Amino acid sequence: MRNLIIGLSLTAVFVAAALISFLWTPFDVTKFDIPNKLQAPGGAHIFGTDQFGRDIFSMIMVGARTSIAVAVVAVGIGMALGVPLGLAAAARRNTWADELIMRGNDLVFAFPSLVIAIMMTAVFGASALNAIIAIGIFNIPVFARLTRSAALSLWQRDYVMSARVAGKGPVLISVEHILPNITNLLIVQGTIQFSLGILAEAALSYIGLGAQPPLPSWGRMLAESQTLISLAPHLALFPGFAIVLTVLGLNLAGDGLRDLLDPKLREVRT
Amino acid sequence: MLRFALLRLRSLLLALFVASLVIFAMIELVPGDPASFMLGINAREDTINALREELGLNLPVWQRYTSWVGGMLTGDFGTSYTYRTPVTEILIERLWVSLPLAIYALTLTILIAFPAGIYAASKRGSLTDLTVMGATQLGVAVPNFWFAMLAVLVFAISLRWFPSGGFPGWDAGLYPALRALTLPAIALALPQASILTRIMRSSLLDTLSEDYIRTARAKGLTRGQALRRHALRNALVPVLTIIGLQFSFLLAGAIIIENVFFLPGLGRLVFQAISQRDLIVVESVVMLLVFAVILVNFLVELTYGFVDPQLRRGR
Amino acid sequence: MSLLNIRNLSLSIHGTPILKDVSFSIEEGQIHGLIGESGSGKSMTAYAAMQLLPYGSVCSGEITLNGRDVLNSSESELCQMRGNHVGMVFQEPMTALNPVQTIGQQVAETILIHEPDTSRTEATTRAAQALARCELPQDRFPLSRYPFEMSGGQKQRVVIAMAIALQPKLLIADEPTTALDVTTQAQILTLLERLVREDGMGMLLITHDLAVVSDVADHITIMRRGEVVEAAPTAQLFAELKHPYTQALFKASTHQPERDDQTHDTPLLSVRNVIRDYALPRKALFAPQEYFRALKGVSFDLHHGESLGLVGESGCGKSTLTHAILGLEETQGGTIELDGQPVFTNHKPNRAVRRRMQVVFQDPYSSFNPRHKVARLVAEPFHLHDNPPTGSAREDAVAHALTAVGLSPDDANKYIHEFSGGQRQRIAIARALILRPDLILLDEAVSALDVSIRAQILDLLAELSDTLNLSYLFISHDLSVVRSITDRVLVMKAGEIVEQGETEAVFTNPQHSYTKALIDAAPTLPKGPRHAA
Repeated sequence: MRNLIIGLSLTAVFVAAALISFLWTPFDVTKFDIPNKLQAPGGAHIFGTDQFGRDIFSMIMVGARTSIAVAVVAVGIGMALGVPLGLAAAARRNTWADELIMRGNDLVFAFPSLVIAIMMTAVFGASALNAIIAIGIFNIPVFARLTRSAALSLWQRDYVMSARVAGKGPVLISVEHILPNITNLLIVQGTIQFSLGILAEAALSYIGLGAQPPLPSWGRMLAESQTLISLAPHLALFPGFAIVLTVLGLNLAGDGLRDLLDPKLREVRT
Repeated sequence: MLRFALLRLRSLLLALFVASLVIFAMIELVPGDPASFMLGINAREDTINALREELGLNLPVWQRYTSWVGGMLTGDFGTSYTYRTPVTEILIERLWVSLPLAIYALTLTILIAFPAGIYAASKRGSLTDLTVMGATQLGVAVPNFWFAMLAVLVFAISLRWFPSGGFPGWDAGLYPALRALTLPAIALALPQASILTRIMRSSLLDTLSEDYIRTARAKGLTRGQALRRHALRNALVPVLTIIGLQFSFLLAGAIIIENVFFLPGLGRLVFQAISQRDLIVVESVVMLLVFAVILVNFLVELTYGFVDPQLRRGR
Repeated sequence: MSLLNIRNLSLSIHGTPILKDVSFSIEEGQIHGLIGESGSGKSMTAYAAMQLLPYGSVCSGEITLNGRDVLNSSESELCQMRGNHVGMVFQEPMTALNPVQTIGQQVAETILIHEPDTSRTEATTRAAQALARCELPQDRFPLSRYPFEMSGGQKQRVVIAMAIALQPKLLIADEPTTALDVTTQAQILTLLERLVREDGMGMLLITHDLAVVSDVADHITIMRRGEVVEAAPTAQLFAELKHPYTQALFKASTHQPERDDQTHDTPLLSVRNVIRDYALPRKALFAPQEYFRALKGVSFDLHHGESLGLVGESGCGKSTLTHAILGLEETQGGTIELDGQPVFTNHKPNRAVRRRMQVVFQDPYSSFNPRHKVARLVAEPFHLHDNPPTGSAREDAVAHALTAVGLSPDDANKYIHEFSGGQRQRIAIARALILRPDLILLDEAVSALDVSIRAQILDLLAELSDTLNLSYLFISHDLSVVRSITDRVLVMKAGEIVEQGETEAVFTNPQHSYTKALIDAAPTLPKGPRHAA
C-alpha cells in the first residue's frame, strides 16, 4: 500500500509537470540566454542553466511530455496488438495458429531490441515517431505471452466450460470471460512496460536516434551534458534524477497495484 | 536427453532461417536503391553503378539472398564498404572487446544477484530484505548510460582509479585491458543484477511455498536446509532463462555503454556503420547478434535438461 | 503418560481465531481419528503439534509430544523432533515430493538429517528397506526413480516411507487418501494401519470422511469450527452418537434422498459406439501427430425421468464423455442422440438439442465468472436461444430459477463471492434449470461439498427431478452418493463401460471384477445406533 502511494505520487508529479508545461514553464525553453549560461542551481533558475542559458527546470518539465508520450503510445501499441494475439493463441491453443503466434513472438524476442530500434531509425530516419514504433513492436510479444499464459489457465475454469455449454464461441468467451479477468495483470505489466519505455526513449534520444531538436528530451539533455560534465555536473544530474524518479515511481506503482489487485500474492506461508 | 537436444536444435535452425529472411527483408526495405543510399546523395552515377555491381544488386532478390546466406555459412560476410576490409575480420576484432565485456558484466551480475537474492528470500520481510529490495528498485530505475557518466565523473575524472574511456587492446596486457573494461562492466551489470536479484528472490519464495518444502520441514530439515537442498535447484529454471536473456542483452545492448566509454566493440561498430550507411556491416552484425541470442537460448534450454529430470529422461 | 497430549490449545493466525481450547490425547500404539468438515481446524491442530504453522500464527495452551513440551521448544529442538519422533503424511501426493530429486535421495535424507554419522551406503540401504515396507520393492521401483515416473498412490507410498524411515513414535496423516482414487485409497489405508500396528506407532488420522476412520481408528475426536465437540472410542461413538453435530454428520454421510420413481421406458439420451480420440500435443513443429483414444466405443441409454449414475476412477473417460454428450467436442465415431436428434450435425453442434441439456460442475468456486452478477450468470444459457427473453421476462425467469433452488430472487443482484460453496452450487443448478432442460449432467456436482451441505443438495436434486420431470446423468467417483440417488448405474474403466444395470443390483451383486474391486474398496460406515438409523 505504501509502495502504491509513493509510486502513484511520483508518477502524478511528472504527469502534472508534463501537462502544466503546455500552459506555463518558468522560462521559455526555446530562447537562448547566453549571458546566463551554465549557472549553478539556486536563485531564479532552481536547477541552473545549460550552455545556452536555458532553464534546466523548464526543460525537464517539457522533456516529461516527450518521455510520457513516447512510453504511453508504445505501451498502447504493445497492448492493442499483443493482447488480441495472446487471446487468440489461447483460444486456439495447440493449433498451428497458436504455434505461429508464439514462434513469431520468440522471433521478435530473439532480435536485440536496441539494435533493431537503431536500425529502424537509421533506415527510416531518426524521430520520436520511429522511436515509438520501435519500442512498441517489442512490447507486442511481452503482452502476447502474458495474455496467452493467463488466458490458458482461465480457459480451464468451469465458468468457461459453462459458457461453452451455453453455446458461446471463442471470441465471445475471450471478450466476456477471459479479458475482464486478466485486466489486473495487464495493468500491472502496463506500468512496468511504461517505465521500460521511458528508459528506452531516454537511451535512444541519448544516442541521437529518438526525439530530435527542438523537441526537448531527457535523454538528449544527458547527451548534451556529457562534454561539460566535469565543468557543470548539474547538467547531467537533474535530467538523470528525473528519469530515475519517474521509472522508480512507475515500478513502485506497479508493485503496489499487483499487491492490491492480486490477493493471492499477499498470502504468506512458513 | 539427446532427443530433446535434437528437437531444440531443429527449432534453432528454423529460427535462424526465419531471422535471416527478416533481416534481409529489412535491408531491402531501405528507401530507394541501397547503393545510392550507402553513397549519399552527392555520389556520381558511375560510383553508384560500380557499387551496385559489387553488391550484386543487379541480380534477382533470391540470388542475392542465397549468396548472402551461403557466404555467411562459409564464414564470408562480404566486404565492408567504408572500411574496405572483409567484414569477418572486423567482426572478430570487435568481438574480442564485446564478448569479454559481456562475460565480465554477466559474471558481476551473477556474483551480486545470487547471494543478494538468496539472502533476501531466506530473510523475507526483514530489514535486510527490505534494503536489498529497495536497492534493486533503484538499480532497475537508473539508466545505465547515466550511471556510466557519473561513474566516469567520480572514478575516472576525480579519483583517477580507472581510465575514462578507450581500450588499450589485449596486447597491452591483461590488467590494463580489464581495468578499461571495469567501469563499463559495472555500469552494464548494475541494472541487470537488480533484475536478477528480484527474479532470484521471487522464484525462491515461490518454491519455498511448495508442498515439498513442507514435506522437507516435516522430515526435520531446518528452514535453511530446506532452502539449500530443495528450493534452490527448483528455483533455478526461471533464473536461468533470465540469465540467458541478459547475456544476449549485454552483448547487443552494450551499444550505448560502448559509446560512453569509446570502446571499439560490436555495438559501436553497428552504430558507426549505421551512420555511415554501411549496410553490409549492419546486416552482418545484426545477424551475428541474433545468432548469439538464439544460440544462448538453446544452451539455456539444454541446461534445463540438467535441472529437470523429466526432460533428461527424454519425455 | 500419553504420546501426544494437547491441552487447551488455542490458535490464531493474523489475529483470526482458528482453534479454541482443543484438548485430546493419543496413547502409544493408538490410531486416533480426527474428523471435521472444512474449516473445523483439524489440519491446523496437526500443524500446531508439528509447529509447522503459517506465518503469523500464535499458539497458547500445552502440547506434549513424546515427553517434550512442544510450544516451549527451540527451533533446533523441534527440527530434531520432526521426522525422528514424529512423521507426517500429507493430502496431496502429487506435489509433496521434490520433482528434481530421486525417491531414494528423498527417503535417505530423513535418515541422514537425524543420524549424520550414517554412511551414504547405509542410509541408501535403509531407504530401500523403508520403501519396501511401503510396498515399493527395489526390483520394480528402484531408488533412482523420479517422482514424475510414479502414480499418485505410489508417490503417497514414498511420502509414507519418508515419514516412517526412522520408526517414529507418532505418525500424523493429514487427509492421506482424499486425493486418491477409491481403490488406491483403500490400499493406502491398509498400508498405514499395518505399519502402525507393526511398529507400535501412534497415529493421528485426519479426515473429513467418517467412513474412512470407522474401520481403522481406535478412538475418534470430532471437531467443528475450531472446537472439539465429541470424543470417544470408535465403537462407543458410533453406538451412542451423543452430540447432535455427530448425529447430523452421521446422518448426512448416510443420507438417502427421497425420490419418486418416474422412469419411463423410452430412451431420452442414446449413446452408441462413441469413439473419441485426442490429438496429443506435438513434441515439435513437424513431429507426426499422435492420438490417445479416450472413449473406446461407449454405448448406453438414459430413459425419460431416469437418474443414471456413471462411476469410474480418474482418467477413465468420464469427463470426455460429458463433453461429447454436451456437444462441446465432436466424436470420431458413433452417435449421440437426444430424443432421436443428433447432438452434432454436419460437424456443427445442434443448438436445438443443446438447449435441452445443461450441466453442473464440481467446483463451486471456479464455476462462475467473478466479474458478473448472479442474474447474468444464471441467464447465460439463454445464449442458446435464437430469441432470448429480455427485460422483465428475463428477470422473471432468473427469479423463478433462483426460487426453485431455494434462493431469493433478490440474490440476482449480488456478486458470486457473497455466497458460500453450497449456495454457489444451488446457483449452478439454477443456471442449469433456466432453459427448462430435459437432461442435466451432474459432473461430480456434490464431490467438493461438505457432507452436511452435500445432503441438502442431494435432496434438492431429488425434489427438482420429481417436480420438473428431469433426467440426470450423475457422474461421480463417490459410490455411496451414486448409490443413494441413481436408478441405474454405469461402471466405466479406461474408456469402456464394463458393467451396467439397476443400481441396487450392481451394488449388491457386482458381476465385473473391476466393479467388485471398487465396491470392496469403498469405505463404509457402521450401522450406527438404532435411533439414528
